[in-house]
Formats: sequence, structure tokens, C-alpha cells
Amino acid sequence: MELENLKHGTELIKRGFAKMQKGGVIMDVTTPEQAKIAEDAGAVAVMALQAVPADIRKAGGVARMADPEIVANIIDAVTIPVMAKVRIGHFVEAEILETLGVDMIDESEVLTPADDQYHIDKTKYTVPFVCGARNLGEALRRISEGAAMIRTKGEAGTGDVSEAVRHMKQIMGEVRELAGKNKEELAMVARDIEAPVDLLIETANLQRLPVVNFAAGGIATPADAALMMRLGADGIFVGSGIFKAENPEKMARSIVKAANNYDKPEVLAEVSKGIGAGMKGISISTIAQEESLQLRGW
Amino acid sequence: MRIGIIALQGDVSEHERMLQLTLDQRGEECDIVPIKHKGLVPSCDGLILTGGESTTLSRLLVTEGIAEEIIDANARQVPIMGTCAGMIVIAKRGDEQVERTGQYLLSIMDIGIKRNAFGRQRDSFEIMLDMDPLKEPYNAVFIRAPAIIEHGKDVNPLALFKDLTVAAEERNILALAFHPELTDDIRIHNYFLDKIFSLAEQE
Repeated sequence: MELENLKHGTELIKRGFAKMQKGGVIMDVTTPEQAKIAEDAGAVAVMALQAVPADIRKAGGVARMADPEIVANIIDAVTIPVMAKVRIGHFVEAEILETLGVDMIDESEVLTPADDQYHIDKTKYTVPFVCGARNLGEALRRISEGAAMIRTKGEAGTGDVSEAVRHMKQIMGEVRELAGKNKEELAMVARDIEAPVDLLIETANLQRLPVVNFAAGGIATPADAALMMRLGADGIFVGSGIFKAENPEKMARSIVKAANNYDKPEVLAEVSKGIGAGMKGISISTIAQEESLQLRGW
Repeated sequence: MRIGIIALQGDVSEHERMLQLTLDQRGEECDIVPIKHKGLVPSCDGLILTGGESTTLSRLLVTEGIAEEIIDANARQVPIMGTCAGMIVIAKRGDEQVERTGQYLLSIMDIGIKRNAFGRQRDSFEIMLDMDPLKEPYNAVFIRAPAIIEHGKDVNPLALFKDLTVAAEERNILALAFHPELTDDIRIHNYFLDKIFSLAEQE
């Protein structure tokens, strides 16, 4: 066995990491203590942040990558993978997080974009990336830039699941519509939705995205998590929903249990009992368009 | 014949695809059952524990009541394959990461494991690995992989990387630190099916 055969950061390794997260719940945390609570509750990974999206939304101003000290402390606190967010297009923040040993980078619309034209060239990194998408075209553009995982954008920090539902149904519906189309018709669709034709053909053949597709943006209860799994999500991101809830420990455990028992209403009823109030949240219909995070990125 | 894939979390559909591919090439048929709840394990002639997050898998194995069923199946010598996180949860002994998180282990294989033995995700790697009983090297994909750091005398190491055991066998159990389900090379799943079918012939 020759060590020069050793390969790092291949597509197989990056997409493989994302596949290991399937069926799991990834939780936003801002301190090592919260990260441990998430790990104990059965989270498959944590997202290390300076502030959860609900607080980012409230604070306004420019939202940036978390303080590397916070990220490093969270990495030291848990054995599960640690993810962290960078601004769209901010490849230097990404390099910093990679150096820290973050296991996956979220190029996220929750932070203020650093580039209004280009996303990061994610093929250049050893560490895998996850990116948000609202429709198939956006998802395939991100995959062609090297994303190893897609998540719905939803509307982060609201506790309102409706936008995540919309984005998941949109992507699933567009994939279903590809079935039965010939190569020429697929090339036409690719032009219309501004997606690379080879990835679109691969998606049509697989009848799903070529990478895992998680739900994110507004999931606040076990029932929300189960709803997104029923709609075909490969797994769940919960942002403000855990640590803005009345009882984060119980909420975290219940959401993990719900992600596995999404097709069992009697179990969902049981795990939803007595978990305290969910995050207060804000309804999508009251959010002005300029405050909408999902419109960031293209 | 029925093979169960523990489907609590992780890359379940990848193992399903690989098993089907292997069965097709062998020209054999078999039920492949993803298992999320208790009650199905006792009817299986072979079991697979997939890759995923081992702390999550451990927790759900206990809360879903599947752990006891797997321990019983092992007592009946049902062939069991664990890959990556699956290898961690079947181990008897864990490292300080396992201790610190109070992680539950099925304790059905006489091995001591070290989690994330080769580092974090940026250190994850692919390598052409020499492995018994395969004649040619196997493209092994290691993702935040564990390793076997010590084992009992009945355990047969099958592959080494950097002096650590990354594949081993103990009677009915096959443990791998890497992910044969992520490639298109069916040889390891084929070897596991050999174990299941040869056992069925003896009976």
C-alpha cells in the first residue's frame, strides 16, 4: 500500500460526509454548553454561530462569520461534526473556518452577502459545503460550484415553516417534472432554469438531487421536523427552534425522535407532549421583502 | 432470505443499493428491509449497521428498543456487518470520547475502538487498501473514521492502515472503519453475502 495513493477532499469524500448526516437533525448552537446539550439529545452535528438567526434578524446590521474563538471552543466541546456559516461569496471566511477544522461550511443567506454576483468556488476546498436553495435551478448551480449538500432556504429565524415547505415542494415537483423528458427537452429546461445540463440530466435519471437535500429555515417543533421528512427531506436543520424554545433539552430530544418516527403519528403525539412552548416566532406574511433572508443568493 | 439494514440514521439507501447490486450480480434474491422500529430484527438472516453519527445511532438503538434485538441476533450467530459508525456501536470498548459522552455500545464484538482516529473531516481520505480475503486492493473511503486499537484473540484483523486495524472479523461479525457502500466495488458486500448464504446452507 503506497501512501502517495492517499486522496483528500474528493467529491466522493465530501458527498459521503453529507450522506452520513441523513435522517439526522443538525442544531444551531452559540456556546459549548449548548453544543453539549445538542450532542446529548442525539444531534448528528451542530452549527456553531455567534447568534441564532432569530437574534440576527432582530439585531439587524451586517451579520458575519462567527468569532473563531467561539467556533474553536465548540469544536473542543463535542465529538460530533461541527459546521459553521460564511457569508455568500466570502472565500476568505471559508478559508479561516477550514483552518479551524470545521467539518462542513454553510455558505449562508442568513449572513449578509459579501458578493452580489458570485458564490464561493467550493471545488477548491478540502472541506465540504452546504448551500441553501429555493428551486431546482438554484440547487444545481450550487452543486456545480461544488456544494456537497443542499438545504431549503425557508425563512430562517421565523419559526414559520411555510417557506421551507414551499421550497421543498418546489424542488421535489421540478424533479418529478423531468421524468419522461428526452435529452433535447432536458437541455431546454436547463436553459430555462439556468442549470448545468449534465447535472440536470443526472437529476432526471436519479429522480432526485445528486447530493443530499435537507430542510431548513423555520422548523420549530417535532411536528415541523416530521412534516419536512414526509415531504422528502433527507434530514433537518433546526436553527432558533431549539434554544429559543422554553425547554431546549426536551425540544432537542423530541425533534430527534420525530425525525426518525416521522411516519408514526402516535409516536409524534407522545414526543410532542409537555415539551413546553416552542419559539415565539414571526409569521412570514408580516415580514417586509427587504427583510427576507431567502432573497439573498441567486 | 432476509437482510435487515438498521435505518435509524445514516447512509441506509447506499447500503440498500449496494446489496441489490451484489445480489443481482450473484443472480440471487433476498428481501432487503430497512429497520426503523423494533420487531423486524428477529426475522432477519443478516444485519447491517450503516455509517452515520455513532452517538445518534447509539441513542436511537436504545430508545427504539432495537439494541436488545441485535444482541439476541448475535447470540444466534446471525451475520452482522458494521461500517464506520456501525463498527463503533458493535464494539465492546470505546475510547475517552465514548466515555465522555456516555455513549451506549452494543458490546457484541471483542474490539476496542478509537473514534475519529484519523482526524476531522478535512483529514478524511480515500486509499487503495490491501484487505483479506480480497485479491486486489479495495478503494476504501474513510470519513471521520474510527479504528480498532486493540482486540481479543478471536478477532481476525483483515486490513491495516498506519498500523491501526481498519477491518476485522470475529465469527459472524464483520467490522469496517470505511464505507464500501459508497463505491461501486461489490467485493465486500459479496463477502458478507457469502457468510449469510453459507450459514443458510449449513442449516
